[in-house]
Amino acid sequence: MGSDGVRKAIEAIWRIESARIVGALVRMVRDVGAAEDMAQEALVTAMERWPEAGIPDNPGAWLLATARNRAIDELRRRGLRERKQGAMADAEPAVFEEDLASRIDEDVGDDRLRLIFVACHPVLSKDARVALTLRLVGGLSTAEIARAFLAPEPTIAQRIVRAKRTLAEARVPFEVPTGPDRAERLASVLEVIYLVFNEGYTATEGDDWMRPELCGDALRLGRILAALVPDDPEVLGLVALMELHASRARARVGPRGEPILLLDQDRSRWDHLLIRRGLAALDRAEALGGSLGPYALQAAIGACHARARSADQTDWARIVALYDGLVELTGSPVVELNRAVAVSMAFGPAAGLELLEPLASEPSMQRYHLLPSVRGDLLMKLGRFEEARAELERAAFLASNAKERALLLARAKACRGP
Amino acid sequence: MRFMMLMIPKGYETAKPGVMPSPEAVAAMMKYNESLQKAGVLLALDGLHPPSMGARVTFSGGKPKVIDGPFPEAKEVIGGYWMIDVKSKEEAIEWARRCPGGDNEMIEVRQVQEFADFPEDVQKEISADLGKK
Repeated sequence: MGSDGVRKAIEAIWRIESARIVGALVRMVRDVGAAEDMAQEALVTAMERWPEAGIPDNPGAWLLATARNRAIDELRRRGLRERKQGAMADAEPAVFEEDLASRIDEDVGDDRLRLIFVACHPVLSKDARVALTLRLVGGLSTAEIARAFLAPEPTIAQRIVRAKRTLAEARVPFEVPTGPDRAERLASVLEVIYLVFNEGYTATEGDDWMRPELCGDALRLGRILAALVPDDPEVLGLVALMELHASRARARVGPRGEPILLLDQDRSRWDHLLIRRGLAALDRAEALGGSLGPYALQAAIGACHARARSADQTDWARIVALYDGLVELTGSPVVELNRAVAVSMAFGPAAGLELLEPLASEPSMQRYHLLPSVRGDLLMKLGRFEEARAELERAAFLASNAKERALLLARAKACRGP
Repeated sequence: MRFMMLMIPKGYETAKPGVMPSPEAVAAMMKYNESLQKAGVLLALDGLHPPSMGARVTFSGGKPKVIDGPFPEAKEVIGGYWMIDVKSKEEAIEWARRCPGGDNEMIEVRQVQEFADFPEDVQKEISADLGKK
C-alpha cells in the first residue's frame, strides 16, 4: 500500500471508529473538548507510524488504547493537581488507577448515544449542534463540514471550538437523559439530523439543487440513532422519511442539474431498496402504537407517493388526511401550504387556491418562494395565465437556489402562451 | 457510495443442497451484522443457498440454455452478500476486514455502478430515452 493508500485507509478507520473513541474518552475525562483533542492526537500518531509500521490488525483497538493512555496521563495530572490542592488528600493512588482502567471498558455501547445527545444539546446554537454532530458522531473533518455547508474552514473550526467551550462551561453531563427530559432532547437530536438532510436535499444556497453527500451523512446518523434507540416511533419516523425522500434523489435532478418535481419524476428511477427500507421503518414506527408524530406523519405521506406506481395513482385523499394531522400537530404555515397542494390534487385547483388565501397574510410566508410558486401553479391550472406568470416571477425573485430560480422563470415564461 | 461485499466460501461450489453454517459461525456473523447496522452503513444482506440448489442460464450463440447446479467447472461461487453505504472504497475494505470469516472464506468488495459512472455519451443516451417516456 502506498502512503496515499495508507492515509485513505486511516481516514476510513477514523470514520468508523471516531465516535466510539471520542465517546469512551468523554466518559473518562468528562470534557468533550479534551476528549476530542486526545482522540485527534491518537489519530496523528497513527498517521505518523502506520505508513512505516503497517496498519495493525485491530486498528480501532490500537487507536482507542493510544487515546486512552493520553487520557490516563491527563487524569493523573489532574489528580495530582487536585491532591496538591488537598481535594483528594485521602485518595489511594492505586485505587485511583484501577478505577481509570475499568472506566474505559464499562458500558461502551451507550457511548455513541451519549455523544449524540451531548453534541445536540440545546445549550448550543443550531449551527453549532450540526457542526459538532457531524464532527463527533459522523467522523467528518472540519474541512469536509466546511465544504458541505459552503462555509470557510476557519468559520467551522471556530464554531466547533466555541461549541466545545460552551459545553464545558455549562457542565453538560455525559449521559442519555431520562424522563420527560429525554423526549425533549431526542427532539433536538432529530431536528439536527433532519436539518443536515434537508440542507443536502434542497440546498438553500449555491448552484447545486442537491448535495447528496450531506443527505448520505444525515441518513447514516439517522440509521445509527435508530440502531441505538430502536423503540422510538419518531426516530423510526425520521429514518423512514429520509429513506423515502432519498429514494427519489436520482430522479429529481435532470441531466443539466435542474430540479425535476415529484409528479414529473420517472418513478422507475426511484431507488427501491431505499423505498423498502423506508416503508419497513414506517411499519415499525406504526407497530409501536400510539398516534404518529410529525416525522412519522411526513414519512406516511412519503409512503403514499412511494406506493403509487404512477403520479396519477397517488392516494391524494389519504395524503390530505395525513396533512390534517400534521397541521394539527405543528400549526406550521409551510405544512398548511403543502396541505393546500394535496387538497388541489384531491379536490381540484380551486379548492387548493382557496386555502392559500389566509396564508398570504402570514408574516413568515412573506418571503417564502414556494407560496407564490404554488399559487402560480394552481392559477395556471385554472387557466388564469397572466396572474400565474406574475406569481411565478415573484417566486423566482425570492428563490435563493439558482437551479430552482431557473425552473421558476422557465415556467413563468411558459405562461405567456403560444 | 454503495458497495457489495460478496462472500465467497471455498467448497460452497460443491456443497450439498440445504447445507447450513454452524451455529457458532452464524452467531459470530450476526454480531458482525449488528456492528454494521449500528454504524449506520448496512443497507441489505442475504445469504444464498448453495449452487446445487440453483441453476445457470447461458446464452451461447444467442440461445438461452439452462444448466442445473452444481456446476462442475465453478471454482468460486457466492455464498451471500452485504450491501453497504460508505464514503470510500477504503471504508468498504475496512468493513470487509472486520468480518469474522473462516479459513475457507473470502470477501470480494465491489462498488455498485451509479448513473454518474457511465461515460457522458451513454448518460445522454439514457437521459434522452427517459425523456421520451
